[in-house]
Amino acid sequence: MISLPLARRGALTRRRFVIGAALGGTGLCRAGALAAPATPAPPSSGIPPAVPDTRFDLAIGPVGVNVTGRPARAIGINGTTPAPILRWRQGDTVELTVTNQLREPSSIHWHGIRLPADMDGVPGLSFAGIPPGGRFTYRFRLHQSGTYWYHSHSGFQEQIGLYGALIVDPRAGYAQPFDREYVIVLSDWTDVDPADIVSNLKFQSDYYNFRQRTVGTFVRDAARQGLGPTIADRLRWGAMNMAPTDISDVSGIIYTYLVNGCAPATNWTGLFRPGERVRLRVINAASMTLFDMRIPGLTMQVVQADGNDVEPVPVDEFRIAPAETYDVIVTPSGPGPYTIFAQSEDRTGYARGTLATAPGQTGPIPPMDPRPLRTMADMGMAGMDTPHGAMPGMDMPSMDMTGKEQGDMPPGMKMDPTPTPTPSTPPAPPLGVEMQNIARMPTNRLAEPGAGLEGNGRRVLTYADLRATIPGADPRPPSREITLRLTGNMERFIWGFDGRKFSEAPPIRLRVGERVRFVLINDTMMEHPIHLHGLWSELENGHGAFRPYKHTIIVKPGERLSYLVTADEPGLWAYHCHLLYHMEVGMFRTVVVA
Amino acid sequence: MRARFPATLALILCAGTAHAADGNTTGSMDDAPVAYVGGMPPVMDHMLYSHALLDEFEARANNHGGQFRYDGQAWFGTDYDKLWLKSEGTVGTDGRFGDGDHEVLYDRAVSRYFDVQSGVRVDIDAGPTRAWGAVGVEGLALYFFQLEATAYFSDRGAAARLQGSYDLLLTNRLILQPQVEMNVYSTNDRARGNGRGLSDLDTGLRLRYEWHRKIAPYLGVTYTSSFDQAASMARARGQRVHGMNVTAGIRLWF
Repeated sequence: MISLPLARRGALTRRRFVIGAALGGTGLCRAGALAAPATPAPPSSGIPPAVPDTRFDLAIGPVGVNVTGRPARAIGINGTTPAPILRWRQGDTVELTVTNQLREPSSIHWHGIRLPADMDGVPGLSFAGIPPGGRFTYRFRLHQSGTYWYHSHSGFQEQIGLYGALIVDPRAGYAQPFDREYVIVLSDWTDVDPADIVSNLKFQSDYYNFRQRTVGTFVRDAARQGLGPTIADRLRWGAMNMAPTDISDVSGIIYTYLVNGCAPATNWTGLFRPGERVRLRVINAASMTLFDMRIPGLTMQVVQADGNDVEPVPVDEFRIAPAETYDVIVTPSGPGPYTIFAQSEDRTGYARGTLATAPGQTGPIPPMDPRPLRTMADMGMAGMDTPHGAMPGMDMPSMDMTGKEQGDMPPGMKMDPTPTPTPSTPPAPPLGVEMQNIARMPTNRLAEPGAGLEGNGRRVLTYADLRATIPGADPRPPSREITLRLTGNMERFIWGFDGRKFSEAPPIRLRVGERVRFVLINDTMMEHPIHLHGLWSELENGHGAFRPYKHTIIVKPGERLSYLVTADEPGLWAYHCHLLYHMEVGMFRTVVVA
Repeated sequence: MRARFPATLALILCAGTAHAADGNTTGSMDDAPVAYVGGMPPVMDHMLYSHALLDEFEARANNHGGQFRYDGQAWFGTDYDKLWLKSEGTVGTDGRFGDGDHEVLYDRAVSRYFDVQSGVRVDIDAGPTRAWGAVGVEGLALYFFQLEATAYFSDRGAAARLQGSYDLLLTNRLILQPQVEMNVYSTNDRARGNGRGLSDLDTGLRLRYEWHRKIAPYLGVTYTSSFDQAASMARARGQRVHGMNVTAGIRLWF
């Protein structure tokens, strides 16, 4: 470990944040029985309703929770957070009457669902929001199936509990049979007021990062790598006023990571019988946390990504960014128990649950991996110091260190051997207040599992592994390209596209029916899960017509990727980074389809 | 501590923000503004924030007595435009308030790490009052050096101040901060004890513990010195020209 062990820093306080109080969240975190319950199980059970429905009454209101040992106020629906698990059926028209019992406006956005723009639930774009005491009825027909989720699109309500799982059963039945299913809603809870979080980050962007490089790590690195390379490495980062330890803006210092609303100590448990095929519908409903999820002892068959079936990929681990969903099938042959372990990308904490054959069983909790460090490849400078740029991210002293921390990386493993040339890329905006860095040599990183996951000895899912089971619906080539740079200034905590915040930029305009290619270049040193409302994002990951359809796509630091979009639904659509605080400070665009 | 200020104030503060949509056309065919439902923007990326930092709030002691010193800043505004206040001063063992410097500045973000500041400085303490116009920069020089450089003008001449500090992380919470402040004047001001040329220097080495990000007690040594003309004035008054102090204080921000 590079930093001081966390336990040495105010162990009790922090431990309580990371592990959570054993008191639990809002409901039942332990499974009751193997038989399906007669009445709907609470959302914290992770058990979806057995049959789909078409009419729902949802009441948004305050909910008392106690995650950290201290009572706190959350926002939930019908008295719970996570909100109720909704089950719909493809082809049905659903009607949802939402009442707002808060003293502030609210909204619900059906994340990933294709629907008319006025049903999308984004205040200002779809409708005017739901005023306090008000009511709004959503009504739309379901053309798709899969695992999705829903959440507030008002202010920071998503951070404090207003999210829930959403399942749309396919009309033609499931391609992959299963005997049992659970939703695994991952999230990040904090007792801190989200408005304070943003304000603190505006003043000091590393406010929640207590794992920065220190004199101690300097001495250690100098002992390992020699004084010269260590000094050179420090100077290189210092000359940019950037820190390789910037992994997550908000960390386990204040976050408790939850499974279905249950803190690690509470241990959400899902029961199974050995030999069953168990479908886990994993949803990242966190505001700011990318999770790396695995179930030691079990291979996970990834069968669906963002609600769309993919050719099954057996993996040990996958990274899931806020707003993404993955359906995985596990087939535990023994009794377990098996620990569901989802570490935050920055390794400051984890969400944990258990698959067991009886309530109360617990499996071993694996140690957290070493935390990753950013590299020069993350800065979009891959290969600038090597003749051919052959090994993105493996050429720098800082990367040497990452390699040491993560064990020996097999050379070239899962890496695209050559950086993709970047033809027709419009020039980057100049460095400035909103533009801290330019990725001068962005690369194709689709075949990389992501920071902190390389060479860990496990089979980790990459975007290049995702292959749709059916060819795309629109075979037309794109008529034009829209290139957007993901930009920001960590020091000032300003985020945007093309060096501009939402309020400073015009909308992105698409013609109805148009087929376009979005090219994204990440100039920042953080991952950004980019979400386009209302339209599919077909990731161009080398599978030709079998491009995976996604609604949220992680763009790694220093990466250039592209996806195709058919603008077949008119209206105003939101387009944004799904890290909540990045979105709220400006990493947002309106897409106008007209 | 979020600021929710009246819209008029926001308007004043944002008057300088003339960098709005002026034709970045990634994929746009028409830059006509979007009419948002209910006039409601989907995200609020132009909020006002407000913070105050008391960087030095400390007792200084040496063989000849002691002092109390504070040095703080506060700002509120948007990402680009802020109202920025600075204040510092020293109270001697005799209870005399000296070195009182108070500034009201308009702050404009101009580059990745630097802001330009302009406004007024008034020296208000037990001595005679002075008023200056002020213009300077504040920000993060490369290698994470915190830097403030300000020039002052008045009918008495010009002055300049340079302040710098660096945070050396011994651990993630134990931070050693070397800091220096220097004042230069174009003319002597005998009433205030300022001398032409390099007048005075205030430097310190503080070891703080960030028990909480916003509450960090510290221990350190500080050294103050007058130079050249200012030193002569001090000697003539029977004051000490330089001195090393043991220092203890607390760094706070809100």
